Amino acid sequence: MRRSLITAVFVCVLSASAAAQSNQSFDRIERGRYLAVLSDCAACHTAPGGKPFAGGLVLQTPFGNLISPNITPDRETGIGSWTDAEFVAALHDGRGHDGKRLYPAMPYPAYTKLSDDDVSAMRAYFKTVAPVSNKVVSNQLPFPLNIRLAMVFWNWLNFTPGRYEPNSGKSAEWNRGAYIVEGPGHCGACHTPKTILGGDNTATPLAGATLQGWFAPNITTDAHKGIGGWSQDDLVQYLKTGTNTWTLASGPMAEAVSHSTSHMSDGDVAAIATYLRDSGVGGSESRPTPVVASDPAMTAGAAIYKDNCSACHKDSGEGEVHLFPRLAGSALVQSDDPTTLARVVLHGTRAVSTARMPTAPAMPAFDWRLNDQQVGAVLTYIRNSWGNAASSVPAETIASQRISLARAP
Amino acid sequence: MARKLPPKDVVIIGLGWTGSILAYELAKAGLDVVALERGPWRDTATDFPPAYAQDELRYAVRLDLFLRPAQDTLTFRNNGSQTALPIRNFSGFLPGNGVGGAGVHWNGQTWRFLPTDFKLRSHLEERYGKGALPADMTIQDWPVSYDELEPYYDRFEKLCGTSGKAGNIRGAKQAGGNPFEGWRSSEYPTPPLKQGLGATLFAEAARKTGHTPFPQPASNLSEAYTNPLGVKLGQCTYCGFCERFGCGNYAKSSPQTCVLPALMRLSNFEARTESEATKINLDSTGKRATGVTYVDTSGGEWEQPANIVLLCAFSFFNVQLMLLSGIGKPYDPQTGQGVVGRNYAYQTTSGVSIILKDKILNPFIATGAHGMIIDDYNGDNFDHSGLGFVGGGYMGAGQTGGRPIQTRPVPKGTPKWGAQWKKATAETYQKAFSLSTHGSSYSYKDCYLDLDPTYKDRFGRPLMRMTFDFHDNELKMSAYLTERLAEIAKAMDPAEMTASPRKGPYNSTIYQTTHNTGGTVMGADPADSVLNRYCQSWDVHNVFVPGGASVFPQNHGYNPTDTVGALAYWTADAIKDRYLKNPGPLG
Repeated sequence: MRRSLITAVFVCVLSASAAAQSNQSFDRIERGRYLAVLSDCAACHTAPGGKPFAGGLVLQTPFGNLISPNITPDRETGIGSWTDAEFVAALHDGRGHDGKRLYPAMPYPAYTKLSDDDVSAMRAYFKTVAPVSNKVVSNQLPFPLNIRLAMVFWNWLNFTPGRYEPNSGKSAEWNRGAYIVEGPGHCGACHTPKTILGGDNTATPLAGATLQGWFAPNITTDAHKGIGGWSQDDLVQYLKTGTNTWTLASGPMAEAVSHSTSHMSDGDVAAIATYLRDSGVGGSESRPTPVVASDPAMTAGAAIYKDNCSACHKDSGEGEVHLFPRLAGSALVQSDDPTTLARVVLHGTRAVSTARMPTAPAMPAFDWRLNDQQVGAVLTYIRNSWGNAASSVPAETIASQRISLARAP
Repeated sequence: MARKLPPKDVVIIGLGWTGSILAYELAKAGLDVVALERGPWRDTATDFPPAYAQDELRYAVRLDLFLRPAQDTLTFRNNGSQTALPIRNFSGFLPGNGVGGAGVHWNGQTWRFLPTDFKLRSHLEERYGKGALPADMTIQDWPVSYDELEPYYDRFEKLCGTSGKAGNIRGAKQAGGNPFEGWRSSEYPTPPLKQGLGATLFAEAARKTGHTPFPQPASNLSEAYTNPLGVKLGQCTYCGFCERFGCGNYAKSSPQTCVLPALMRLSNFEARTESEATKINLDSTGKRATGVTYVDTSGGEWEQPANIVLLCAFSFFNVQLMLLSGIGKPYDPQTGQGVVGRNYAYQTTSGVSIILKDKILNPFIATGAHGMIIDDYNGDNFDHSGLGFVGGGYMGAGQTGGRPIQTRPVPKGTPKWGAQWKKATAETYQKAFSLSTHGSSYSYKDCYLDLDPTYKDRFGRPLMRMTFDFHDNELKMSAYLTERLAEIAKAMDPAEMTASPRKGPYNSTIYQTTHNTGGTVMGADPADSVLNRYCQSWDVHNVFVPGGASVFPQNHGYNPTDTVGALAYWTADAIKDRYLKNPGPLG
C-alpha cells in the first residue's frame, strides 16, 4: 500500500515536471510573470496611465533621452515578430531584433546573469500579454550616440556577458539574494556608481549613485553612509511595505517598491536582505568630523529647522515611524552626495503607498519659501546634528540643483 | 442634454466623512463605486502643508477651504412672515467644500450623544409629564438606540484614533472620564491631550464647585496612531490652527488622514472632483432611482446611472437635492404635513470670557478639541423640574487657539482702535481666556428648510431657504447654563468677567457653529421622517442618506461628527448585510 502511494506521488511529480517543460503551462507562464516582477519590467515598459508593457516612457540618461519600447506581442509595433532566440539575446547580450544593438538603459549588463530557464519562462509570459499597437521610436539620442554601433565599443569596456555563478561558500538563501540583486533586480543600475561612460564602477558596487536628479543611496554595509545599521527585518519591511523604522521610500525607489519589491515573495525579499547584509565591499567606513554647532550655517540651520521642519521631524530629529523619516542617524542624510536631500526640500516628494502601508505621506515643497543659502544651512544642520556628521552643503549646490530641477520635465 | 456614462453599482454625492466611509466599505465589499465631489481635490502636503497651514488671514478670515456663495448658498429668514434673503457671505455657519468636506476644517471634537438623547421625547414625557414640552416642539425619538449605535461609535473613534479618557466602560465608572456618558465598549484609542493652564485652572474651579471635569474627546491626536485601515496619523503639535484650517502634519483626523489613502488604492473606486450633482434621477414609477445627473466645471452635463445612490453632502444640500429630485413629500409648516425639510435645528452656544490676574496662559498652545469640560448640565443629566426648559449642553474651557487676528481680548471700556487698544491687547492677551457652553437645539414646527420661491443658483435651481429662530426653551436653557458657567468662572477669581448667554433673534451673520441639522430626518414612522432606521429613503429604496447631520431629528448638546461617523458605519453595514442580499425597503 505504502509503496503504491509513493509510486503515485512519484508519477504525479514526473507529470508535473513534464508540464513545466511546456512553455504554455500555467506554472511556466506564472513563473515568467513573477520573474517580470522581480525584473521590474513595468517600471520602464509601462508608461503612467498606459497599457501594460506598451512602452512610451521617457528615460532621461546623462547622454540624452530614450523612450522605452513596446514589448507586448503586437507584431507591428511590439515584439510579436521576434524569435525566441532574439528575446533571449536581448536580455543576455543586449542585441534585439535582427541583431540591433540595445542601449544599456535596458539593463542587459544585469539581465545577462539570468538563467536560461528563467529567460525562457519570461518569454512564455510575455507571449501571453495583451498585444497593444503603440509605435515607439526609442532612440532620441543626439549624434553620434544615436549610432547603435557605438555600443560595440561600450560593451567592450563595460559589459561582461555570462550567467550568475553561485558562490559555493555561501548558503542557498544568500545565493538566491545575490542572483536577484545582480540579475533580475538590477539594483546596481541605480545604486552602483557609474564611470564616465555610464558603465558600472565595478570596484564599488552598490555604493550609491546620482541619476535623474536623485541620489540612489549607498546600500552597502557601510555603518555610516550605508545600511550597516539596518537589521534583516528593517530591510525586509522596507522592501515589502516601502517603509521601516528608519525611512520611507520615495522617488524612483517608490516605483521599484510599488511595481516590484512589494510583490516579491517573502522568501525572495529575505534572500535579498541576507545578501545585502553580507556582501562584498563596504564603503570607506570613514566618519567625517561634524561641522561645529557654532558654524554660522549651523545656527541659521537650527532656526530654520525649528520653524519649518520640527513640526513633523521633531526637535530630536526622530521623525515618526512610517510617517516622517528619521533624520537622526539616517545614512541618506549623511551621504556624501546631498542631491536627494536638496531635491526633497526644494520640490517635496511623496512616499510610496503599499497594501500594508497605504498612508503615502508627503513632504511639501519649500522652494518658494527658502532661498539657496537657507536650504544649504538647514541641510548642513540636519547632516551635523543629533550625532550626524557630513560635509556642509553650500548654497551653490542648491542653486545648481534648482536650475536642473527647473529644466526637468 | 446630459451624456450618459456607463453604469456603476454605487454613486456617492459628496466625498467628505460619510462619502469616504461608505465608499471604502462598499468598494471593499466588491462594488463598483464612483464619488462625485463638487469641490476640488485636497491633499495635506499640497493644499495645507505646515509651511503655510497656519495662515490665519487666508483660512480663518478669507475662508479659503469653504464653499463660496457664488457657487452655492441659501436664503435666510427668522420666521414665515419675513422675506428670506440670500446669504452673500457665509459667516454665521461655514459649509465646507472639496474632498474631505467639513472633515478637513473641523475642530476634532468627538462626542457621543447621551443614551437618553436617542429616546428624547419618550424619556422627557415619562420624567416630566406629557404637558411639559411646548406644543410646537417637534422633537422625537431616534429610530436607533444608543446600545445599537455603540459599536459604530467605537468604529468611528478607532478610525479617527480619538484621544480621551473613558468615563464608563461597559457600565463601570472610570475615574478621570465623563461620569455622565453612555457606556463604551473600550477606552479611547489614544490617551487624552495635555491641557494648558487655562483649562487646568477651570478644572480646579469646577472641582471646587462640585462638578466633574474631564478632558474633551479630541480627534487631534495626543500620539501617533495607526488606524484599522492601516493608515498612520501623527502627533498633534498644539499649534492652535484647527478650526477653519487643514492640518499640515497628519495629526487631525479627516477623510484625508484616515480613509483616502486606503480608499484611493482600490481600483473599483473612482473620485470625480469638481463635479456638482444637480439631480437624483427616478424611473417612471418614482420609486426607484436610476442615477445622478451632474455638471462638470466646463458646464458639461453628465448622467451617471447607478443601482444605489448615496446622498453624502452637507445637510442643506442633502435636503435641497431631495426636494429638487422629488424624493419624499416636502414639509408644510402650516399643516405640519410632509417631511423633507422638517425639523431643521442648530446649536445654542454661549460664552463667558474672563481676564485673570497675574497669569500667563499662553493661549496659543492649543488645538481644536483642547480643553477641560463638565457634562453636569447636558441633556437630562440634571433635574429640569421647575426650570421652565428642557435640554442642556456641555460647558468648559475649550479655547481652540490664540491666533493673532481674531484673538484680541481687551478689558471692558477699552477703545476699539488706537494706541490704547494696542496697549490693552498686549496687556490682556496672556491673561484672557474664553469659556463656552455648547447647548442643544430642539426642533420646532416653524423651523424648517424649503425651496426659495425667488432666488436661484447658477444652474437656475431654487436655493434652499432656511426659516429659523431660537425659541424660549433654548434661550432659557442658555441663560441657565451660562449662569452655571459664570459661577465656576467666578471661582477662578477673575479680574474681569463677561457672561454672554445666547439672545434672540438668531443672527446669521455672527459665527456660532456649523452644526446645521435636520431636514432629512430618520425615524420610525414615514409620517414624521424622510428616512427609516437604516437612513434609507421611505419612498425610494435605493437612495440612502448615510448619516449626515441632516438625519438628526433634533440637535443635542454635543458636536455632531461622532454621531455622523457612527451612522455612516451603521448604514454601510445595513447596505452590505441586508440591502445587497435583498434590495428593497429595509424598514
